Amino acid sequence: MKTLFAATAILATVLTASYDAQAVTVEEVTSPGGIKAYLAQDHTNPIIGLSFLLQGGAALDPDAKLGLSGMATALLDEGAGDKDSLAFHSELEDRAISLGFSADRDAVLGSVSTTTQASSVAFEMLNLAMTQPRFDSEPTERVRRQIQVRLKSESENPNRIASRTLMAALFAGHPYGRLESGTPETVAAITTDDLKQWVKTRLAKDRLIVAAVGDITPAQLGQALDKIFGNLPATTKLVATLPAASVSRKGQEINVEKALPQSIISIGQPGIKRSDPDWYVAQVLDYSFGGGSFASRLMDEVREKRGLAYSVSSSMQAFDAAGLVMVGVGTRNDQAQQSLDVIRAEFKKIQKDGLTEAELNDAKQYLTGAWPLRFSSTGRIADTLVAVQKDKLGLDYLDKRNNYINSVTLSDTKRVAAKLYQPDALTVVVVGLGAKANDAPAATGKRPERERKS
Amino acid sequence: MISHLFQRVLLIAAAMLLAVPASAELYGAQGSMLANGMQIVAVPNHRSPVVSHMVWYRAGAADEPPGASGIAHFLEHLMFKGTPKYPDGIMDEVVARNGGDQNAFTSHDYTAYYQNIAVDRLALVMEIEADRMRNLILDPKEVATEREVIIEERRMRVSNQPAAILDERLDAALWLTNRYGIPVLGWEQEMRGLSREDAFAFYHRFYAPENAILVVSGDITLEQLKPLAEKYYGSIPRVGEPNARQRSADLDATANVSVTYSDVRVRQPQWWRKWIAPSYNAGNKADVYPLTIFDSIVGSGSTSKLYRALVIDRKVAAGVGVSYDSAAVSYGTFSISMSPSPGVSIEQVQAALEEELAKILKDGISDADVARAKERILAGLVFAKDSSLGAAQGVGGMLVVGVPLEEIEDLPERLRAVTADQVRSAARKVIVQSASGTAILLPKAGG
Repeated sequence: MKTLFAATAILATVLTASYDAQAVTVEEVTSPGGIKAYLAQDHTNPIIGLSFLLQGGAALDPDAKLGLSGMATALLDEGAGDKDSLAFHSELEDRAISLGFSADRDAVLGSVSTTTQASSVAFEMLNLAMTQPRFDSEPTERVRRQIQVRLKSESENPNRIASRTLMAALFAGHPYGRLESGTPETVAAITTDDLKQWVKTRLAKDRLIVAAVGDITPAQLGQALDKIFGNLPATTKLVATLPAASVSRKGQEINVEKALPQSIISIGQPGIKRSDPDWYVAQVLDYSFGGGSFASRLMDEVREKRGLAYSVSSSMQAFDAAGLVMVGVGTRNDQAQQSLDVIRAEFKKIQKDGLTEAELNDAKQYLTGAWPLRFSSTGRIADTLVAVQKDKLGLDYLDKRNNYINSVTLSDTKRVAAKLYQPDALTVVVVGLGAKANDAPAATGKRPERERKS
Repeated sequence: MISHLFQRVLLIAAAMLLAVPASAELYGAQGSMLANGMQIVAVPNHRSPVVSHMVWYRAGAADEPPGASGIAHFLEHLMFKGTPKYPDGIMDEVVARNGGDQNAFTSHDYTAYYQNIAVDRLALVMEIEADRMRNLILDPKEVATEREVIIEERRMRVSNQPAAILDERLDAALWLTNRYGIPVLGWEQEMRGLSREDAFAFYHRFYAPENAILVVSGDITLEQLKPLAEKYYGSIPRVGEPNARQRSADLDATANVSVTYSDVRVRQPQWWRKWIAPSYNAGNKADVYPLTIFDSIVGSGSTSKLYRALVIDRKVAAGVGVSYDSAAVSYGTFSISMSPSPGVSIEQVQAALEEELAKILKDGISDADVARAKERILAGLVFAKDSSLGAAQGVGGMLVVGVPLEEIEDLPERLRAVTADQVRSAARKVIVQSASGTAILLPKAGG
């Protein structure tokens, strides 16, 4: 429901400050205790943002306790040390400190945003949350209840159905194919012991990557790093490791019949990892293919020329163990197959011919020109600096990145497109009545009869 | 184009967050007026050489002629189709080739267009935006295709989402004849009838300098903006009088309504209630700041009164959300939403909320609660300044509903001046006396 989540949604979108990549000077700070971090100082406003990542995420959760990483990260700020949940949150809220943890497939993520004045308290609370979380029964049961309610509300959401069906098909037998937020049963099975064990085995210095942005000097950051992370264990004791993933190339269409007025189509095929030398070529290709909003082929063919959809786009996903090329579209049931045909034709076309000279130039101009817009708030800069370290791109990456884009040639696009795009290997998920509608002769604007049934 | 923010609820939340910076200097926004009646505002933030360029029109879905619901939003889409100078949707390409992002959004009270771009390309986007203020051309074939797009948008945002279907019904019942009862996207059957002529009629009536506000935030000052604004917007002739923004203000006959909707696609029940509340323009305006503080006391964060009572102590709800929207040309809304915990009925969770609200209104708001809420809000204001692009949205969203720049800048002082008695009294007036609409979303057997 929108009112419930309005505040979060807006926070995520409106705190977009401008930041010129070239104006960001990045330095590497090593704390007295030996913890490294990237730092971009900015003393314009009395604000400090700190983001960090611990490698190893929800994909490492055991099958029977799926959702463990998500539940544990949701509980880290629900009481720690001598402060119960209420005391902990009061400390934060009274000082306008935002502190949060989450987990994705590959990592545990954390961030804190604070005024300079409150930073000492913020860092202390962050340390407490990571080293002495309490997992008291009230917040533990509350968060469990909240996760289960969320799983229930999402269970019939067509976009969720499409994405979890697609991931299950693409990564059959691999942890990536599981629903990382868990199921009501696996979340119910998580014990306080599991949560405490999770903290002991997952949070350690050897898998830590940190970045700080804002009103803090290198010396101050050095002190802060030791204060926040200094007493974490030196090494993680992971029991599981992430297996190599082979993405399905079967080329299949999966229909999930649901009485919906609009079919949601999700498409996936193998992509490339972030470390692939052709990464930048793939970025340029994806911009022209479907990543570039109104400047893309998919938007032009599906929406602008035919009015088949409001939204259609592609993306390159790079996880630790595999990459994906993905496309998503929402389209009227009786036009779902036509949309799919148009999209398949675009896969074939780009695979065969790559880009045109004009498309290549447009893509380069946008991707390089819009780079500064991406540095849009203290938090986003910090997140980017974490990613730069994770992907081992180097201290000067922010300056070099546009050169990487500009060095892509037309023959690069043809060479990479020919092997990257695989029209015969597409896994297609249709949620709705799009598949049924196709069987009906001469589809009209009228909704299929089936839909009124249930 | 994509209209993200067609729901007032979201918009106002954004405006509230951003329009409340910390110190006396606030955003430091600077305003002026062109001879043709176009208001111009610069919100300087020199951290980096980029700007957010926005043009806000004082015309939204609540200004549509009867029977043509959705025309404001449809026109927003059509504005990207072209002019003689930038035909065939080429403006998207031009902006993208210059490293810019552009889009637009429509609400009941306004339509806004924006580009985020390097400051050395500002003149280019100003030229494009000024050009399409008066020179739009519409190919009938493109209009027909785009009509399919907006209907598909409606399917995505409403028909595919049971909560959105219910919210539409709730607004229709709650607002009755007030134009806020009509969905910004439009009713589907009326959308099908929207014509090129309807779009042009709306365009010619409202898209004019006296109805527009230019807001540029980022690496810019008013001194720098003025000559550019004169050059690109100053030469556009005034068309007539500014939009008088007639809204039905007569809500005497409204009743408390409750709307229930069951859908097989619903697994988790939801409950929400909206009260008609004072805004900057309607109802008791003096209650706006007290209600902002009340909103924080009962609904902000996990230490707020309702979260503690309903989620932590009584455990009847898995979550509770509160929002107050005051930036409206007509009335605002105060909203509370809840997800009942497993095994708890909608009736139980509603009764629990009503009990807690009654307690809070009776003697549950202490002077210390008010003082603490004020300090918390004020402490967080510094973060609004973190965003030089977002500042244009925060300032523009308030200006366009008629809040003067001075008042936007003065917000922290106005919050400081609120007394605890004012908070209690304003809260009682809304929660007890004001008309409300209750939405109940339930699973339907057979799903």
